[in-house]
Amino acid sequence: MTETVIANPAGTLLAEGLPGIVEDWSADKQTFQVHWGKAMMWIFLLSDTFIFSCFLTSYMSVRATTTVPWPNPSEVFALTLFGQHMPLILIAIMTFIRISSRGTMAMAVNFGYRKDRKTTALLILATAAFGASFVGMQAFEWTKLIEEGVRPWGNPMGAAQFGSCFFMITGFHGAHVSIGVIYLCTVAFKVYRGDFEKSGYAAVEIAGLYWHFVDLVWVFIFALFYLW
Amino acid sequence: MTYVALADRGQELSHPKSFITKYIWSQDHKVIAIQYGLIAIAVGLVALGLSVTMRVQLGFPESVSIIDPSEYMQFVTMHGMIMVIYLLTALLLGGFGNYLIPLMVGARDMVFPYMNMLSVWVYLVSVIILMASFFVTGGPTGAGWTLYPPQAILFGTPGAEWGIILMLVSLAVFIVAFTMGGLNYVTTVLQARTRGMTMMRMPLSVWGIFTATILGLLAFPALLVSAIMMLLDRLLGTSFFMPAIVHMGEQTAYGGGSPVLFQHLFWFFGHPEVYIVALPAFGIVSDLLSVHARKNIFGYRMMVWAIVGIGGLSFIVWAHHMYVSGMNPYFGFFFATTTLIIAVPTAIKVYNWVLTLWQGNIHLTVPMLFAIGFIFTFIHGGLTGIFLGNVVVDLPLSDTYFVVAHFLMVMGVSPILVVFGAIYHWFPKVTGKMFNSTLGKFHFWFTFLGTYSIYLPMHYLGFLGVPRRYYAYEGIDFIPESALAMNTGITVAAIFVAATQILFFVNMIWSLFKGKPAGPNPWNATTLEWQTPQTPPIHGNWGPELPQVYRWAYEYSVPGADKDFTPQNEPPADVEVAAS
Repeated sequence: MTETVIANPAGTLLAEGLPGIVEDWSADKQTFQVHWGKAMMWIFLLSDTFIFSCFLTSYMSVRATTTVPWPNPSEVFALTLFGQHMPLILIAIMTFIRISSRGTMAMAVNFGYRKDRKTTALLILATAAFGASFVGMQAFEWTKLIEEGVRPWGNPMGAAQFGSCFFMITGFHGAHVSIGVIYLCTVAFKVYRGDFEKSGYAAVEIAGLYWHFVDLVWVFIFALFYLW
Repeated sequence: MTYVALADRGQELSHPKSFITKYIWSQDHKVIAIQYGLIAIAVGLVALGLSVTMRVQLGFPESVSIIDPSEYMQFVTMHGMIMVIYLLTALLLGGFGNYLIPLMVGARDMVFPYMNMLSVWVYLVSVIILMASFFVTGGPTGAGWTLYPPQAILFGTPGAEWGIILMLVSLAVFIVAFTMGGLNYVTTVLQARTRGMTMMRMPLSVWGIFTATILGLLAFPALLVSAIMMLLDRLLGTSFFMPAIVHMGEQTAYGGGSPVLFQHLFWFFGHPEVYIVALPAFGIVSDLLSVHARKNIFGYRMMVWAIVGIGGLSFIVWAHHMYVSGMNPYFGFFFATTTLIIAVPTAIKVYNWVLTLWQGNIHLTVPMLFAIGFIFTFIHGGLTGIFLGNVVVDLPLSDTYFVVAHFLMVMGVSPILVVFGAIYHWFPKVTGKMFNSTLGKFHFWFTFLGTYSIYLPMHYLGFLGVPRRYYAYEGIDFIPESALAMNTGITVAAIFVAATQILFFVNMIWSLFKGKPAGPNPWNATTLEWQTPQTPPIHGNWGPELPQVYRWAYEYSVPGADKDFTPQNEPPADVEVAAS
């Protein structure tokens, strides 16, 4: 058995195993070697995860206990494009756009840390544009469903809770995306103005964390609401 | 690129110039803490008034008729909700959390002072919305503080017109306020500790507030979601929580929802909420006992792990509030088991408090009296909790005065005693003045004995099967005359305890203006907040340099040291050790 000796800068020995983890975590000054804002965003996202988990769990519970059959999502969300009947086509496009926006966001973070001010701002704006088009398509989807008679309190296809859950969950998610778009535009403006030249581009990454989180939530909504 | 820790970079502080930015829109955590505290105490006085009114009505049903049955239900609801959320949560986390965290961990302020300021003002908005419900058509909601649907939103329940809407909106706004503050508290504890302040050197007050805040950040989402869903049920006619129901002879438009779903969501918030209130109290009481017994806290590490363990367990016990709800009976087995397991870390804490006192140099100061009083009331409330955690015992006791007594003993009286103890303990630091000790002792004994004479008889009423939330008890055969007499006695005690609180306010206000200067460290405590260069601490807390911490927070009566306490930031070279 070779004995591994880990020393910290002060030269003292550190404990291994679980006590070591505890000591690392509880070392002085900072638990995580990250920007304060980033730590706070992570904690906020954890809290927000619980909000969406509660929404989705409630939705699943309601769907499992409702007394009237649940409408078939792939039929409800079908569109006829170019004479073809395509189930879930709009949702597929929305998901594609939503995931593409993560790519531009990741690139923005990268260019930010390279201190490429203009490219970063442009990429963030592109991300925001993707987000805005996502919200636009969601508005279209809402309009279409409302025209077909779907209301929060009832719909012609089946269980009333279908409309309730749909408007509540996509609405709450859409609000997150809309807030994200505004947030990204603010960050893009500040990047372009050069606010982060001195203090560092962590703000871009923090905005990115939020953006990726909202997308991750969409993946769960997509899987649990549309595909189920 | 070498990473410079943010704690070393120097924090930009806002420099207030006018009265308004210094005391109103202040970003100083200490001013924000006092604002939180004053709003919470003010709204708590409203809740106290409601409870006294209810008691008077209950105690003298024949001679008094100040409120009608609807108002009684509304007062029950508002009293409960205000006390649990708008007073205790706000005061312990917003008030003490804000004041103590940066001082105790050696930071200049919270990490994001601006958001901290927003937090208190949004909290005020939530309080105003809640108070507004007293003045709208139909008055505040009378659904009981648990707001169970379907009755909460059906017409016929008092306050179904506007009260319930304002209540739910107010809760949602409160959650926003709490989240803004809570993110600050957690991030400050994690990221902004001073040099040498490892987490295992933090005072237990910080540990309690820190863990409670994490619980809050994870539990309040469930309340937010249930509030949103119930608002939709009430305003848009969705049926999340509403089954098909015939109401006042008519079939409502609702159908297919699940009232039990609301109970699950509510108690997924509601049980951690108990510990959101209790954990800061646990932490603070540990510090009070240690300081005033001049002895280190017994089993510090165990205390920390007990706090964390209770916090974790509190998320998997929620359905013990729902044994009679009609959920799957097999759940009872699981939740009774987890509920009883939570008694283990709690018992560890109680033993450690008692062992801290054991052979300590106990100074019966006012904060110490309140801390010891807390141990009594908490053991008392905790033991009845073990009764109620068991399904078979809970079923007959459910919705009786036994539950009222248990709940108010463990979550009403106990944290309130800690709050009083903590106010007396930190008053000299907050104001720089010493309070009147004699008045304080009278306040303690009247409150402590008075609350016992309120709640002990209630246990007995509960065993008799007297149901709670009833407006009057005449003509109920199984309730004997003697129980009704006891009911009157409880009311007399309640009026006495409420009146006693005048002593507290007189003491605080008089001492604020006329009290003797307290000096920087009247209790000879080791923790950092007593070592500030100024008393009360100025904006920025510390001098040009942040303090350096060399030891844990409980260096009292160390054998060989020449004084009985060694502050956390005293360099080891300065500590004089008597020659052995």
